[in-house]
Amino acid sequence: MAWRITLEALVNRPVPAAITAMAFIALSGYAVAHFPRSLLAFLLFQASILLLYFCRVTPWLKASLATLSLGLLMPIFGTINGYYLEVATQVGIFVALALGLNIVVGLAGLLDLGYVAFFAVGAYTWAIFGSPQANKFISEAVIKFPLGSEWFFVFLVGGVITGAVTGILLGLPVLRLRGDYLAIVTLGFGEVIRVLANNLDKPINFTNGPKGITPIQRPPLFFQPLLKALGIDLPATALYPLYLYFLVLLIVGVVILVNRRLENSHIGRAWEAVREDEVAAQAMGVPLVRMKLMAFACGASFAGVMGVVFSAKQVFINPESFTFLESIGVLAMVILGGMGSIPGAILGATAVTVLNLQVLKGLSLWLNELRNAGVTILGYNLADLPTQLEPAKYERMVFGAILVLMVILRPQGIIPSRRRTRELVEK
Amino acid sequence: MAILLEARQVTKRFGGLTALNEVDLDLEEGRIVSIIGPNGAGKTTLFNVFTGMYAADGGEVTFRGKSLLGLTPDQITVLGVCRTFQNIRLFANMTAVENILVGMHSRVDLGLWHVLARGPKFHREETRLWYRAAEILDVVGLRAKANELARNLPYGDQRRLEVGRALASEPSLLLLDEPTAGMTQGEARDLMALLRRLVAEYGLTILLIEHNMRVVMEVSDRVTVLDYGEKIAEGQPGEVQKNARVIEAYLGRKKWGRAPEAEHA
Repeated sequence: MAWRITLEALVNRPVPAAITAMAFIALSGYAVAHFPRSLLAFLLFQASILLLYFCRVTPWLKASLATLSLGLLMPIFGTINGYYLEVATQVGIFVALALGLNIVVGLAGLLDLGYVAFFAVGAYTWAIFGSPQANKFISEAVIKFPLGSEWFFVFLVGGVITGAVTGILLGLPVLRLRGDYLAIVTLGFGEVIRVLANNLDKPINFTNGPKGITPIQRPPLFFQPLLKALGIDLPATALYPLYLYFLVLLIVGVVILVNRRLENSHIGRAWEAVREDEVAAQAMGVPLVRMKLMAFACGASFAGVMGVVFSAKQVFINPESFTFLESIGVLAMVILGGMGSIPGAILGATAVTVLNLQVLKGLSLWLNELRNAGVTILGYNLADLPTQLEPAKYERMVFGAILVLMVILRPQGIIPSRRRTRELVEK
Repeated sequence: MAILLEARQVTKRFGGLTALNEVDLDLEEGRIVSIIGPNGAGKTTLFNVFTGMYAADGGEVTFRGKSLLGLTPDQITVLGVCRTFQNIRLFANMTAVENILVGMHSRVDLGLWHVLARGPKFHREETRLWYRAAEILDVVGLRAKANELARNLPYGDQRRLEVGRALASEPSLLLLDEPTAGMTQGEARDLMALLRRLVAEYGLTILLIEHNMRVVMEVSDRVTVLDYGEKIAEGQPGEVQKNARVIEAYLGRKKWGRAPEAEHA
């Protein structure tokens, strides 16, 4: 295909690739700035970041262009259209979740269908102590809750720890299980955590049950005086989305770094060996129990820390946010992106989140507009469609159809994990 | 020479079937010992007991005076006993060199913190691992195929990669389960030459399960014969070959009738 050859030629040579990437980012950035309501322009901007990933340009140029796009352009778009920043923040949260699950499922091959439980544990950890909720079981005379917002940062570490501990607690009973059995038990575990959150409002009120917990402290705006001194005087309502976006971006950066370091080490190799053949791995000296628990703990800790951020971002959480469907959603991201592949998990999370939050919504809005305008297609007036065929009701169906098609047409995922090749050198 | 591995009255039952019945085995250091016997004689079962994959129902196995029974396979590998599998069990979707690197896992002196911090120690250790992996690939003759996926390697190469992966764990006792199965006579001879080199240069001890009699007679210092889970003969290859019970186990008796061993099974 001619266009494909041209594109490859553009992307593979350093100078044309650099120009293409910059041109794409500039063009799409311009488009977003001028059409702040246009979904297409924003998708184009996202595509240009993806294009940048595939471009073979020098690493420093790639890094600086990525920083420019995500660190400067994205926040600017966020001030133009606040929803874009919300989408970007949610994408970030799901990227971290997908990367965590990627360790457990993609690398270690332990099918976990209850992953969202760790996210819930992290979220409730901050929600309970970052709101007046904790006073329902700890006397106000002892400590007056909520804890100050500066405690948020302590709880970020706390989210990592509670996530890891819950991961190990789940790991211990399922060590001997494989495949289907493991999947069933993890599924049950996910439900147990949700049901606990739903019912631990009596006899002692820990979680406030289905009513959920609110208001949850947001992270402290410790830099506001500094901004004022610099002459930037934004109200807190405008600062919070930006702040949370950067916080999520930072955490995602750390998560990617940790992921890459784990993957390219004896630990990552041992996980892959366990995935390939657990009996052989153990016979070669890989301590199965330790490696499996480590995989569960690492994967869960990413979800734990993002849970803390999530509860602070939402201000309100209840068990509805942590259903089985969420676990499946994260799993779909990992599978869609490519099992065991870090860029795959990132792209999968982005694609699924954007699809759900923007594309499918946009599609149903557009179909509705067509119907309201009474457009005729193939001699059929759309205005005559029965109300049961509301496009908004079919979003999940379209999503499901896309998943099925992807799995059939590209089972290895969008960016499959590539074997690292390395030159061997003599001592 | 010192006794490296000592098995005393090892017994393993699967329900009503006695797969191993009070098997004794002494393994001297620096020797190549073969275990032969008809199909179902309990050879692989013995390996599985030695490497901690099966729990023995009776008896004792000691390695350098330390009991192996009750240890997990990875703990036994740390002590210096490593094995290959009859049906090749490589990490199919990993490259040859990665297979070797996994074999070294128990000899890696790094913790989670080193991996995350990527300090000088990590880089030093990682470089050492890759050098060593290259050396091992050289030893088994797979250097040129280091970056090939294990599943894409030809059969003979897969067998040799399994030997390499076991070597990577720095064992003093290597258990090879039919390493020449499916190999041509030439490939088998090359592998045996390699085994002799390992014994001579690295002081390894090798316990071998083998069906290829030419290989067995050529390479082994001693041969142990199992039949129906019992040791029926032991000695120099030449002696064993002439042993009446061994011939009977392989070819049957001249007259119709049940072999006395069958009653134990």
